[in-house]
Amino acid sequence: MKYGPPTDNDLRDIFRETKTVACVGVSTNPVRPSYFVARYLNLRGFRVIGINPNYQGEVLFGEPILARLADIPADINIDMVDIFRRSDQAGAVVDEALALLPNLRTVWMQIGVIDHEAAARALAAGKRVIMDRCPKIEYQRLFGELRMGGFNTGLISSKL
Amino acid sequence: MTDAPKYGFDTLQIHAGARPDPATGARQTPIYQTTAYVFRDADHAAALFNLQEVGYIYSRLTNPTVSALQERVAALEGGIGAVGCSSGHAAQLMALFPLMMPGANVVVSTRLYGGTVTQFSHTIKRFGWSARFVDFDDPAAIVAAADENTKAVFCESIANPGGYVTDIPAAAKAAGEIGVPLIVDNTSATPYLCRPFEQGAHVIVHSTTKYLSGNGTSMGGMVVDSGTFDWSASDKFPSLSQPEPAYHGLKFHETFGPMAYVFHGIAIGLRDLGMTMAPMNAFQTLLGIETLSLRMQRHVENAVKLAAWLEADPRVDYVTYAGLPSSPYADRAKALYPKGAGALFTFAVKGGYAACTKLVDAVEVFSHVANLGDTRSLIIHSASTTHRQLTEDQQVAAGAGPNVVRLSIGIEDINDLIADLDQALAKATA
Repeated sequence: MKYGPPTDNDLRDIFRETKTVACVGVSTNPVRPSYFVARYLNLRGFRVIGINPNYQGEVLFGEPILARLADIPADINIDMVDIFRRSDQAGAVVDEALALLPNLRTVWMQIGVIDHEAAARALAAGKRVIMDRCPKIEYQRLFGELRMGGFNTGLISSKL
Repeated sequence: MTDAPKYGFDTLQIHAGARPDPATGARQTPIYQTTAYVFRDADHAAALFNLQEVGYIYSRLTNPTVSALQERVAALEGGIGAVGCSSGHAAQLMALFPLMMPGANVVVSTRLYGGTVTQFSHTIKRFGWSARFVDFDDPAAIVAAADENTKAVFCESIANPGGYVTDIPAAAKAAGEIGVPLIVDNTSATPYLCRPFEQGAHVIVHSTTKYLSGNGTSMGGMVVDSGTFDWSASDKFPSLSQPEPAYHGLKFHETFGPMAYVFHGIAIGLRDLGMTMAPMNAFQTLLGIETLSLRMQRHVENAVKLAAWLEADPRVDYVTYAGLPSSPYADRAKALYPKGAGALFTFAVKGGYAACTKLVDAVEVFSHVANLGDTRSLIIHSASTTHRQLTEDQQVAAGAGPNVVRLSIGIEDINDLIADLDQALAKATA
């Protein structure tokens, strides 16, 4: 299966379906993009599980940061992995997520993270795949926030 | 960013940025005449101040009426976002501000509005910036004028006053060789006639005071970003690629990706320079833009007829309109400005400076004002007014020599416009 960019409806569905996100490569430095995104998702009501061996055991938004996806306890259902890794390391993360996370619905690779083969493997496993996008930007665009900053959301509507 | 239907220009000019008001259902965008906005709670306030959420804090930065206009202009230009400013001149400084630093320079076209020539040749020096003026018909000269301190290339799409049409793809290629963005002032062409981003430009500036507002009521400016320039590809743009001390070391490009330049415009530019668009002016401009395409069609139709009439008149030396088949820029205008070469041009009156000043005193329908892009037809003798601060060499290079009068053709009945210039020329050349 070949990756194609998501529709706005796909993105809305993902945000509706998703409850818990594993952020792979999260930083605890408050000015790093991965922290920005994780904090934003948490502010919007998503449970965020940080994955990064360098920060293992630190607490992020009330949850301990784990070293790897394999460390996620069985009672936490991860719906989505959000991957903040170099493109050449993304494939291994995708494979690990497919192997270890039984409830996984969505594999999301951040802006600049591109691995078409890994995307095809995730699609073949029946997952939704988003690549080279940011969930914070897409959420802000679809639900009215970017409009407040004067960004071109591409959306027009005569509805309230 | 979206797969939503690609709406046509005429739909976007009415709907982009302007959903019904969520608080009241008001169909027209309300004028949000407020300076400040209540935070939901302390966490919300902190997130806004840390740029972790986008929202309204204080109208120097963001305002719902201004935001609607920003999104509309960004949509019409095909950009990622836009920053509203208090005037077109403010927009020019705001466009350069994220890129420049003391010692930096910008390579600019000689064919610019006189006020811009003055801003670039004198005023920006007080910031330690400088401009290098080049004939943009020679793209090699653009590259040759640049050095390691060059941060941008700047031109007008249709240049005021002469109606010269810039070869934007050639300027974009030169900017690419230098490794800097091309900034295009698209005021005189508007996004209806000229598509700078599709021709390789990276940033667009507007005086929204002109065709966008259209009725001569409201000052305003706009900086639109394409989101396509890679600010981290070199070390030329540290304000965008390096840690920002005022935000605890945040790197704008790393954090905001393609939205970095617009975020910087709001979070640093408007915050610290304060050249904010007023909500009332944004409202008036939103109203004007709703009819932009219709007005531009008539502006161009009238300009073509009037330029042809003037060119055939024995009291006229020459007409600079690129929409005339006789123009040396006719082919370029057809290729790059297929819906028309605008409605702004100059013509030389036989009798020189004295005849020009008599002419502007003799018109009855044309208004003698320092403005352009109004529904009304406007006339001005640039050399004694808008381009007065320039040397005569600069005036001639800008297309504003002492023997020419500039017209901004309105949307009145063409026969009345011709009759008015006919009687005024008779008095001027008597």
